Amino acid sequence: MININARNILLTPFLIWAGLFIFIPLVCIVWYGITDYDGNFSFKNMGLIFERGYLDALKLSIWLALISTVICLLMAYPLCLILTERQRNNSTIISLLFILPLWMNSLLSTMAWQTILEGNGIINQLMRLLGLPTFQMINTEGAIVVGMVYNYLPYMVLPLYIALTKIDRRILEAAQDLGASSWQTFVKIILPLSLPGAVSGITMVFIPALTTFVISALLGGGKLLLIGNIIEQEFTFQYDWHVGCALSVILMIFIILNMLLTTYFDKADAEEDF
Amino acid sequence: MKKFLMLALLLVTMIFAGCGDKDKEVVYVYSWGDYIDPEVLKIFEKETGIHVIWDEYDTNESMYPRVAEGAVHYDIIVPSDYMINKMIDNDLLQPLDFTKLENAKKYIGEDFFKQSEAFDPGNKYSVPYCWGTVGIIYDKTKVTEPVDSWTILWNEKYAGQILMQDSARDALMIPLKIMGKSMNETDKDVLAQAQEMLKKQKPLVQAYVIDEVKEKLINSEAALGVVFSGEALNILNANPNMAFAIPKEGTNFWIDGWVITKDSQNVDNAHKFIDFMCRPDIAVKNFDCLGYSTPNIAVRDLEEDEEVKNSPIAFPSPEVYKDQETYKYLGNQMDEYYNNLWMQVKVD
Repeated sequence: MININARNILLTPFLIWAGLFIFIPLVCIVWYGITDYDGNFSFKNMGLIFERGYLDALKLSIWLALISTVICLLMAYPLCLILTERQRNNSTIISLLFILPLWMNSLLSTMAWQTILEGNGIINQLMRLLGLPTFQMINTEGAIVVGMVYNYLPYMVLPLYIALTKIDRRILEAAQDLGASSWQTFVKIILPLSLPGAVSGITMVFIPALTTFVISALLGGGKLLLIGNIIEQEFTFQYDWHVGCALSVILMIFIILNMLLTTYFDKADAEEDF
Repeated sequence: MKKFLMLALLLVTMIFAGCGDKDKEVVYVYSWGDYIDPEVLKIFEKETGIHVIWDEYDTNESMYPRVAEGAVHYDIIVPSDYMINKMIDNDLLQPLDFTKLENAKKYIGEDFFKQSEAFDPGNKYSVPYCWGTVGIIYDKTKVTEPVDSWTILWNEKYAGQILMQDSARDALMIPLKIMGKSMNETDKDVLAQAQEMLKKQKPLVQAYVIDEVKEKLINSEAALGVVFSGEALNILNANPNMAFAIPKEGTNFWIDGWVITKDSQNVDNAHKFIDFMCRPDIAVKNFDCLGYSTPNIAVRDLEEDEEVKNSPIAFPSPEVYKDQETYKYLGNQMDEYYNNLWMQVKVD
């Protein structure tokens, strides 16, 4: 047992870190968000979200982040199920496969998608070679979703894979012995037991997808602005910290809502088990 | 103990800061990225013994707050026209001493000083360095009709094949010119009409771009693109299918100029540097390296490459720029208004 004193000392570096680089900046953002240029308290900048059509950008961000999360979930579940059913000693290779995309700089891989999806890109060149009709995917919502799924899929796979490997095989065998079909086993046993993994996966995909500005800037051609792009432009181009911070605060509210929702499901599920 | 440490730290920084400034003659320059031939700096240091400390920015808008808030001290900056105007208005620049700028007086064309009056009345604060226009670059294999008007960017035949500039002033300039208005328009009704035109055009636009425009047009990703003349030259060299046109409605005649900041600590060295940049043999080096048109009238005669020498894009005839407008600073509020109009086109 570490005594209280030692524990406090060990905790200090993190507390200093958190205070300086998490708490103070957060206070600054909220402060800028709820004041105007003269430093007076005002919700005017927050209200701008309704006036300038930024609400549409926020809606689009939520919508695209939602689609990406669902696609990631639908892709990750079968993949993880198949992987956990295989020999467990393969796990190093498997986890390497999950982590491999993370070794590449995400900016670089998103730029690669640009060249893949362009009008004269790799996909269209292949289509032309095969005599198939070409299509314009770059600078559409679809292209942004592709970029999000590619970038964030590992964050869905990892927690899901870990949750699935932790399920006791004997429970599955018992289910089969008692005559449950594989679908029943999945719905009644695997799904509930892996839900915590899925929930953290959803959070880890949804939040970065909601706040991204790089993916939409590179694959949306400047025509599709997500809320992240607007915040970025308010800071760099318009040089309006108050509006930028006000929008950040609104975005934070949605992130907190998302987290409350997921922890609620997590808890409700845990209680159901007992 | 803490106080002692702080004091020690302060002393150490003071000693180091002292070293840098006093032992050597220096000049601090803040420039656009890739905006000089690196060899030129070496020659300058060798000839004058003045050490150049070089920093770069990527847009006028990102440069301004850093200088305005006094976070950093530069002696020389090379902003664009309307930004020079803004910096003069906000008292960030000092008048130049033209008795120390012999080369500038001799070799910088009169036309360019005259045009600079739009943003620097009386030519007190700036010496032109590079200039250019904005035009349409197009793929001759895809665009069959003659390109001589901005209206071609609204032609539905080219849906998904059009690249526009992602910047408030450059974007709004185009519909304003089609309507026969000034690119420095401040009438909000007229600006609203211009914005409406851009919203209408949006479905036809492939992307709003800044630097990526070069790459995309070289790879034939689009049929039509709005580009700066210097970029156009680079694209034409890389892709022979392309051609460049300046629309008949008129375009932006931009000038980037050397200025000295108000709080400059090395005023003499700064003047030496600016005058050095105007020396013909140095100007021709920079011109060959950058591809942007130069206001230096001696450069064309010194240019060795015949093809460049006779290129109407590198050295346009005076008709190209004679009656063109230059951006003016419209005040903080109007700046913001333009930016908001543009943002709304993009979120639409």
